[in-house]
Amino acid sequence: MTPQELRLKRQALQDMVFRGSTRFFAFLVLALLAAIILSLIHGAWPSIQAFGIGFITGSDWNPVTEQFGGWNSIRGTLLSSFIALLIGIPVSFGIAIFLTELSPAWLRRPLGIAIELLAGVPSIIFGMWGLFIFAPWFADNVQPWLTEHTAGIPMIGWLFQGPPMGIGMFTAGLILSVMIIPYIASVMRDVFEVVPPMLKESAYGLGCTTWEVVWNVVLPYTRHGVIGGVMLGLGRALGETMAVTFVIGNSHKAIESLFDPGTSIAATLANEFTEATGTLHTASLINLGLLLFLITFVVLVLSKLLLLKLQRGEGAHS
Amino acid sequence: MTQALTPKLAVKNLNFYYGNFHALKNINLDIREGKVTAFIGPSGCGKSTLLRTFNRMYGLYPKLRAEGEIIMNGRNVLDPSVDLNMLRAKVGMVFQKPTPFPMSIYDNIAFGVKLYESMSKSEMDDRVEWALQKAALWKEVKDKLKQSGLGLSGGQQQRLCIARAVAVKPEVLLLDEPTSALDPISTAHIEELVHELKQDYTIAIVTHNMQQAARVSDYTAYMYLGELIEVGETDSIFTTPKKKATEDYITGKFG
Amino acid sequence: MTLYFRRRLINSLSLTLSLAAMAFGLFWLLWILYTLFSNGLPGLGTVLFTQTTPAPGSAGGLANAIVGSLAMSAVGVAIGTPIGILAGTYLAEFGERGWLAPATRFINDILLSAPSIVIGLFIYDVYVAQVGHFSGWAGALALSLLVIPVVVRTTENMLRLVPNSMREAAYALGAPQWKMVLQVSLRAAKAGVVTGILLAVARIVGETAPLLFTALNNQFFSNMNEPMANLPVVIFQYAMSPYEDWHTLAWAGALLIGLFVLSLNIIARVLVRPAKSH
Repeated sequence: MTPQELRLKRQALQDMVFRGSTRFFAFLVLALLAAIILSLIHGAWPSIQAFGIGFITGSDWNPVTEQFGGWNSIRGTLLSSFIALLIGIPVSFGIAIFLTELSPAWLRRPLGIAIELLAGVPSIIFGMWGLFIFAPWFADNVQPWLTEHTAGIPMIGWLFQGPPMGIGMFTAGLILSVMIIPYIASVMRDVFEVVPPMLKESAYGLGCTTWEVVWNVVLPYTRHGVIGGVMLGLGRALGETMAVTFVIGNSHKAIESLFDPGTSIAATLANEFTEATGTLHTASLINLGLLLFLITFVVLVLSKLLLLKLQRGEGAHS
Repeated sequence: MTQALTPKLAVKNLNFYYGNFHALKNINLDIREGKVTAFIGPSGCGKSTLLRTFNRMYGLYPKLRAEGEIIMNGRNVLDPSVDLNMLRAKVGMVFQKPTPFPMSIYDNIAFGVKLYESMSKSEMDDRVEWALQKAALWKEVKDKLKQSGLGLSGGQQQRLCIARAVAVKPEVLLLDEPTSALDPISTAHIEELVHELKQDYTIAIVTHNMQQAARVSDYTAYMYLGELIEVGETDSIFTTPKKKATEDYITGKFG
Repeated sequence: MTLYFRRRLINSLSLTLSLAAMAFGLFWLLWILYTLFSNGLPGLGTVLFTQTTPAPGSAGGLANAIVGSLAMSAVGVAIGTPIGILAGTYLAEFGERGWLAPATRFINDILLSAPSIVIGLFIYDVYVAQVGHFSGWAGALALSLLVIPVVVRTTENMLRLVPNSMREAAYALGAPQWKMVLQVSLRAAKAGVVTGILLAVARIVGETAPLLFTALNNQFFSNMNEPMANLPVVIFQYAMSPYEDWHTLAWAGALLIGLFVLSLNIIARVLVRPAKSH
C-alpha cells in the first residue's frame, strides 16, 4: 500500500471511531432514562408488591405500622404546582408584555437580566428565605386578613381558613410560583420578541390597542412557545425539593384548607429517606419517587405532543 | 469546439435529482486543463449544482443523487468507491460567502495542508507564505498571521479562502460565485487572481455576472432550467452565440 | 363611542396589570437578595474558609463543605461534559438520518426537566445501595447526570448555529469528518459550549436534593469515598436546626453559593455575546 492509501485508510477508521463514539454517548443518554425508570421500579418493588395500586390512593402514611399510602404527598405535589401555575402564568405573561411592549428601551435589558437572575437563585435560598422571612411575615400580615375577608364567601371561603402559621400548602405554592415565574417569563419574552414587526404593525394599522395586539396577534402567533415555557415551569414546580421542603409543613395529614401544613413527594423524600427504617419504608419512598418521575414524564410528553399537534396545525410559520 | 486540449473533467450524461426534482438534465461537457470555464445562467438553472457534483459536495445531504459520469484522471468521480476526502483534496472549492475557519490566518492555511502532507515547521511556513502570495494576500497579512481569520475584511477573507484552497495544491479549483458577496474593488482583486491562478490550475467558476464571465474565462457554458444550452469559447459565446436562448440571455432580453 | 371607551379602558387596565406584574417579579428578587445579603454578610469571614463545620454551640466555618462542593462539582462536570459534548455532537452533526437522534433529543429534554431528587434516588439505588455507604463519588455521579442534559442541549444548539458553508469548506479541502467536527464546527461553537458548561456548573453548585441520598454530609474533611460535606446539604441541615449560630453559618453559606452562581451567570453572559455577534 502506498502511504497515501494508508493515510486514507487511517482517516476512514478514525472517522468511524469518532462517529461511533458520539453515537454511543447519544445512545447512553437514551439508555439513562430507561435505567432510571428500571432502577426506581426495582427499588420500589417491595412497596409495589405490598400495596399495589392502592399506594396511590391510600392516605395513611405510618412507618410504625408499616402502612404506606402516597396520596397526601401526591396531592401536595399536584396542588402546590397548580397554585404555582395559577399565580405564575398571569404574572409571567404580564412581565413578558411589559418587557416587550411597554418598557422603555434602556430598561429592557437590565430588567430582563434581573428576571433571569431570579431564575439562577439556587432553590435552597428560596427555601431559607421562605422559612425565615416570608412565612412569619405572611402569617402576621396576610393570612389573618385573607381568612377574615374570605370567610363566608361560598366556594372559596374554606380555602383560606385555619390558624395563620405562615408555612403550609399555600406558601409552598406561592414560593414555587416565584421560582417558576422567571422561567416562564423569559421564554414568553423570547418568543414575543420574534413576532415579525410587520404583523404587529398591520394590527396597529387597523387601530388596535396594545392589549388587543398582544392578545389577538402576538399570543396566537407564539402560543407554541408560550405553552413550551409553561410546561418548563410546571416541570420545575413538580420536582422542586428544597424550596418546598422548608415551607410546606411536612405533615402527612389530610389538609382542610390551603393554610394547613401538608407535604409533597419531594419534601417527603428529602425529610425521610436517609432516616427511613425498614425495607418497606425505603421502598415506599422510592415508589413515591417513581410516581413523581412518571408524573413529570407524562406532563412533558403531553406537552411535546401538544406542541407537535399545534405545529402541524400552524404549518407555515414555525 | 476546435481545441485539442485534454479535458481535465469530462462530464458524460450527467443527471441530478433533488428527491423527485430533476435538477440537471443530461449534461455533457468537458472542462479543459489549464483553462477557466465559466458557468452562467439565471438563478436556479443548476450551475451551482453542477459545480457541486465535481467534488461530490452534494453527498453531504440526504435525498440528493447524481447519475452519469464525471471522468477525472481516468476515473469516474461519481463512483461510490472513490475516496471522497482524496477527491476533495484534488478538487478545491471556494464558496459564495467567505468561510474562514475560527482559527488564526496561519492555521486556516495549514489546516488543509496538514491533512495530506507531513512537513516541518519551516516547510509549512514556506507553504503558507506561498499560498498567501498566490492569493495576493501576503503583503496585507504577513504581520498578523497569528490573528484570527475572522478579523479580516470580506474581500480579504475570500482571498484567504482561495489561499487555503490553493495551499493543498489541488488540480482543479471550483469557484462558486466567489465575488457575489464582495464589493467592486475586492471583486476586481479576485478576478485578477483568477487570471494568475489559471497558469497552474484548471478552474471552473460559477457567476451571476456576465461581464465577469467575459472578463475571466476562456470557455463559457450557458445553462437554463437544468439543461446545458450552449458551451464554447467565451469570445464566440458572447459575440456569435449559436442558440437564440443564449443570445437573449446575453443581450439582456431575458434573465 | 362607548365601545371605543371600553377598549381604551381594557387596554389601560391590562397594561397597568402588566406593570404590576413586573413590579411583583422585581419585588421578590430584591427582597430575596436583600435577605441574603443582610443575613449572610455577618457570617462571612476568613473563618468560613479555614475551619470545618462545628458542633452546635462551638465556633467553626464551612471549609470542609466548600471543598466538598468544589470537588464533587468538579468531578461531576468532568464526567458529564465530555459525554454531553459527544452526544450533542451526534445530534447536531450525524443525526440527520435514523431514529436515534430524534429519540435521544426527546429523552434529553425530559432528563433536562427531570426532578433532581429522582436523580439522587437513582444513584442511591444503583451505587450507594450496592457499595453499602454514602460517598462523594456518588454525589459527583448524581451531579454529572444533571450536567449531561444541559451540555447536550447547548452543544447541539450551538453547533446548529455554525453555518453549513463552514462545514462544506472543510470538506472541500478533503478533511475527514472527525477533523471537521473537532477543529472547525466545535471550534466555531466553542464560546457557546463553554457557556453551556458554566450554566451547568451554576445549576449543580446549588443543588441539594440529589446530594441528600448520595454524598450525605460529613462534619469533617473526607475523601471522595466517604460521605462528604457539601454546602447545600450543610445549609439545609443547619437551617432546619434550632441553633442560632448554625443559622448564621447557613446564611453565610447561602450567600457564598448565591455569589458564586451570580458570577457564573455574569461570565456566561459576557462569553456568549461575542459568539452572537458574528
